Amino acid sequence: MGKAPLLEMKNIKKDFFGNQVLTDINLTLKEGEVIGLCGENGAGKSTLMKILFGADVIRETGGYGGDIILNGEKVSFQSPFDAIAKGIGMVHQEFSLIPGFTATENILLNRESKKKSVLSDLFSDRMDTLDRKDMDTRAAEAIKKMGVNIDQNMLTSNMPVGHKQFTEIARELSKEQLKLLILDEPTAVLTEKEAEALLESIRGMSKRGIAVIFITHRLGEILSVCDRVITMRDGYVVNESETKDTSIAEITKWMVGRDVEGSDADYVTEDTGVNKKIVMSIRKLWVDMPGETVRNVNLDVREGEILGIGGLAGQGKLGIPNGVMGLYQAGGTVTFDGIDIPLNNPRRCLDSSFAFVSEDRRGVGLLLDESLEWNISFPAMQIQDKFLKKYLGGLIKWRDDAAIKEVTDKYIDELKIKCTSSTQKAKELSGGNQQKVCLAKAFALEPKLLFVSEPTRGIDVGAKALVLDALKKFNKEKGVTIVMVSSELEELRRTCDRIAIVSGGKVSGILPAGEQLEKFGELMLQNC
Amino acid sequence: MSEQTTKNTFQDKVKKVAEEFGLPRLIITGFLVLLLVISPFVGADLPTQISNIINRFSWNGILVLAMVPMVHSGCGLNFGLPLGIISGLLGATLSIELGFTGPVSFFMAALLATPFALVFGSVYGWLLNKIKGGEMMIATYVGFSSVSLMCMMWLLLPYHSPNMVWGMAGKGLRTTISLEGYYTQALAKILQINIGNLSIPTGALLFFALLAFLMWAFLHTKTGTAMTAVGSNPEFARSAGINVNKIRLISVVMSTWLAAIGILVYEQGFGFIQLYMAPFYMALPAVSAILIGGASVNKASIMNVIIGTILFQGIVTMTPTVMNNMIHLDMSEVIRIIVSNGMILYALTRKTEGAK
Repeated sequence: MGKAPLLEMKNIKKDFFGNQVLTDINLTLKEGEVIGLCGENGAGKSTLMKILFGADVIRETGGYGGDIILNGEKVSFQSPFDAIAKGIGMVHQEFSLIPGFTATENILLNRESKKKSVLSDLFSDRMDTLDRKDMDTRAAEAIKKMGVNIDQNMLTSNMPVGHKQFTEIARELSKEQLKLLILDEPTAVLTEKEAEALLESIRGMSKRGIAVIFITHRLGEILSVCDRVITMRDGYVVNESETKDTSIAEITKWMVGRDVEGSDADYVTEDTGVNKKIVMSIRKLWVDMPGETVRNVNLDVREGEILGIGGLAGQGKLGIPNGVMGLYQAGGTVTFDGIDIPLNNPRRCLDSSFAFVSEDRRGVGLLLDESLEWNISFPAMQIQDKFLKKYLGGLIKWRDDAAIKEVTDKYIDELKIKCTSSTQKAKELSGGNQQKVCLAKAFALEPKLLFVSEPTRGIDVGAKALVLDALKKFNKEKGVTIVMVSSELEELRRTCDRIAIVSGGKVSGILPAGEQLEKFGELMLQNC
Repeated sequence: MSEQTTKNTFQDKVKKVAEEFGLPRLIITGFLVLLLVISPFVGADLPTQISNIINRFSWNGILVLAMVPMVHSGCGLNFGLPLGIISGLLGATLSIELGFTGPVSFFMAALLATPFALVFGSVYGWLLNKIKGGEMMIATYVGFSSVSLMCMMWLLLPYHSPNMVWGMAGKGLRTTISLEGYYTQALAKILQINIGNLSIPTGALLFFALLAFLMWAFLHTKTGTAMTAVGSNPEFARSAGINVNKIRLISVVMSTWLAAIGILVYEQGFGFIQLYMAPFYMALPAVSAILIGGASVNKASIMNVIIGTILFQGIVTMTPTVMNNMIHLDMSEVIRIIVSNGMILYALTRKTEGAK
């Protein structure tokens, strides 16, 4: 090409209070090039992008080392506004849209087309009126650039998640100076079809000369859309290659620094547990969980097995554990070991030796502001009077901090939770480690039956393997029956003995984990 | 190199301490120290000043302590403190009406106040469970309306003790009732230490220490742990089988009861029972004291209570004497209002920041 690269990052270094998170990162990006950035959670991807985007947090924690050269000119952004002015756009993982505004209004927020009026002559341009027509055209143009069709007059609050994501991208595209777009896991919330459309629009952008940095955990997408892929691990760039020369397996290997393939490729292919005792049976279960309504579920769980529950999003698979555990209004009968378990009463479920790892890690699963010790020991303490010293014949139940520390350290060690100490606050851990804390919390209860809901949502490949292995080990060594709900079929197939597919709020069928993929697919679509 | 790192860490440490301590607290502490330093130069007697601060600490400590349980359970700051205070006042007036005298009347007052505190606290707690998320605003109005209701009740209730009712009419309670002959200084006199102008109300301090210890101990029990967890994340607590409403109710009852006992201790130090609008003015100082002590809307410790009460009461007692001697102008009330309301405002802004 011979042309100077659009962006060059040289020897970027960053530490947070002495903790080195980025070391000598070098990155170049040409106009219209699409690069994929991948790495486990905590590898430093987000930090690198924050440096590039001039996020406040970088400056507040002592800035960074190294140079950023944009269009041959050395830059150092003081705030995201500077970065935007220089033509960098970023779409974050979390939506930053105003729910009560339409797509058009969100896309052009604070950059609206304006008409002069008498008032604006008298006072200032803050009194200009909006030129709705021109705004509509501009928004339509941005949406067209993206190559996806969304209703620009729809309120954001009424949109499906995918459209919200597209609105965000359109907002960045509507900025005329845009030269570089950073997409931070944009496909995490999209359905496959939407994701495909997004990838298509990335290709379109690249043709228009916009460079894209694409961060995702879905490696297949990187291969299909990126020119180059950069893999990061523990703050280093460990590999940089052309996508056409590499494969998912290779990238995964670079990411985790070890070979993940081969270790767990053996599926359970036959239904071997027909004679096993049925430990829990669910009859005519309905659960009123918003977005995950369960209508009529009949399900038998066998002792000592790992039962998977799969299905498409919104079909009710998440409602089953939440309903049985009493977190949402539910009806029907659940019997465990021949005893009826009353619904809508979390305490009684826990008393019957159930445990639940919620899919809503931050909302339900953790005490974010408290220490790991509290997080791990709390349910066991409250339900089974563990970690308590009793005085005056049990009248006073005193918290036994030493025992709590001991059990916490044990699980930190067993599950390889990365933390500074057992008194670190849960909110300071990364997603994968938080998930391990949630598991530890359930393990500490020593349940007979464990519900695990979306255990690997939002965590990286390495942590995923650890979490799934921990579950398998727990099942094998302690003989605990596990019911695992997940949207990732592949993960269920590798972990479970049998998989029940939920569709339209009902169980449409149960298959051994090793059954062919097409059969699962048929069941998924049966009742919807 | 190593020298530099030690210097750096020292600097960091200072920064960290300052950050943890909080700017408003630093300013208030600085101001209090300044007052203490200049007081001898403007002719105020330092030992007297110090005993004043200690005395006022012993009066107010328990009222501030009453904030702790509700903060822990996530009900926020108890702006409804007057409700508990009214329970205490009912206990106090009933104890006198029933003819108890001397220190016995104090314990009878506490005993008689308890059922009121339990009943009022339960109703108040039930109400707060209905309006989760808006506790502090509703609490404020509960405080206001209970004071107004009692303004009528003090006149209407059939009290007869000549020490309490209006002289001419022979019915209706007076606004201020002297505790002379009843429980004035009942706690303070126990083991009181007097050295020159310095006087320490040991008994009252011990009583505060006892309640503070019980509170600390409670927070280390199973139920206390559950209370903190409910405040930290109610959904987490619910999924762990905790009855969230019950725990919140317990915290409100505890807070109300502590307020009832707190006002009795206040009265024994002050020497008077104040009725009618008086309870109205007790909540804000207690709220701001605990905030000055470093508590936030959802975290509070016993240390916050102690530090906060000393700082707040220190400012309140020191400013009038020092200022009066310096500029012959009473600024104390103005400063008290600025400090207490400013502190509450500060804490509420911090809350939204934390919620992000």
